[in-house]
Amino acid sequence: MDKGSELRRDGDWAVLRIWGEVDLSWSQDVRRQVLEAYAKVKSLAVQLDGVSYIDSSGIAALVEGFQHARSKGGRFALLAPSEAVRAVLELARLDRVFPIFTDLAAARAA
Amino acid sequence: MNESASPLIEVVGLEAFYGRRRILHGVDFSVNRGEIRVIMGGSGSGKSTLLRHIIGLQRPVSGTVNILGVDVGRSDAQALLAVRRRLGVSFQGGALITSMSVGDNVALPLREHTQLDETTIRIMSRLKLEFVNLGGFHDLMPSQLSGGMIKRAALARAIVMDPELLFFDEPSAGLDPVVSAELDELILRLRDALRMTIVVVTHELESAFRIADRITVLDQGDVLTTGTVAEVRASENERIQDLLNRRPRSVEVDVDEYLRRLTEEDA
Repeated sequence: MDKGSELRRDGDWAVLRIWGEVDLSWSQDVRRQVLEAYAKVKSLAVQLDGVSYIDSSGIAALVEGFQHARSKGGRFALLAPSEAVRAVLELARLDRVFPIFTDLAAARAA
Repeated sequence: MNESASPLIEVVGLEAFYGRRRILHGVDFSVNRGEIRVIMGGSGSGKSTLLRHIIGLQRPVSGTVNILGVDVGRSDAQALLAVRRRLGVSFQGGALITSMSVGDNVALPLREHTQLDETTIRIMSRLKLEFVNLGGFHDLMPSQLSGGMIKRAALARAIVMDPELLFFDEPSAGLDPVVSAELDELILRLRDALRMTIVVVTHELESAFRIADRITVLDQGDVLTTGTVAEVRASENERIQDLLNRRPRSVEVDVDEYLRRLTEEDA
């Protein structure tokens, strides 16, 4: 299945869109991109509507990004997580931990 | 999703012996991807022996065991290791390493089998402790845990690699009803969210009926039936009804066999 990621700038935010199956085979790439994005911006949103599966190594990359933002006074948001992502977030109650928004405008306004 | 039509587990004609005693009699057993299968049976029915063959701890004397496309009876050590990396096992007694903290126990498979950085390993293993409601317990030693907590920590370790296949031996034994119900719920969610195929060995009826897609009933080394919860409940087989209704079984006595067991030197 098609999978990949794409980073774009939107004003003072960076948006990392990832899609397909996020698993051990490339979740470390996602982690690296999340951390590299914070070298350039203070606010990062990860767009997850196209993610058909995410394992716990993928979730770990998101947790690390969020922790990084909090420790450096930046912002972190998840945008439009698919049902597949939500199911895994809920397993660890992370749906109550991550800031989750439908789109970037909502994240900005929060 | 790349679903394979062939079963993830396929056991054909499996025979097993302890000494001269035959434990499994030509057992056929297959589990499809995404299924939750419960193996039920009383003590001595052969449940654990079947499980030990499926996870490759015992090689079949006769018959074949095929897991994730690998014939475990005929594959070399390297192929067997590759299969084991894709499955998780939660043993009945927990089998935690007593000299390691809970967190290190859970992280151990990731440290042994992956090249992940330590931050990812830490987060992944603590996530799994959150799954089993042991969040924040990573610094404790196994000796400081209750029986139910050990069981949950063992499950966290079994799923830390996000295995395709999870084996869970007696999840509910010795647990209070609330924790037991929570574990049942977790098993269902692991299948749905993380796409695990799960084999649970249990003799807890309530738990079996709650989680199983299909139940395989073993009795004295024979598969009595494999069917949905409704099919097993409706079965007219007397042994199955004994099991469901907790009736003591009447054991047939073969006089010659009995005397041989008591008197022969190498029986």
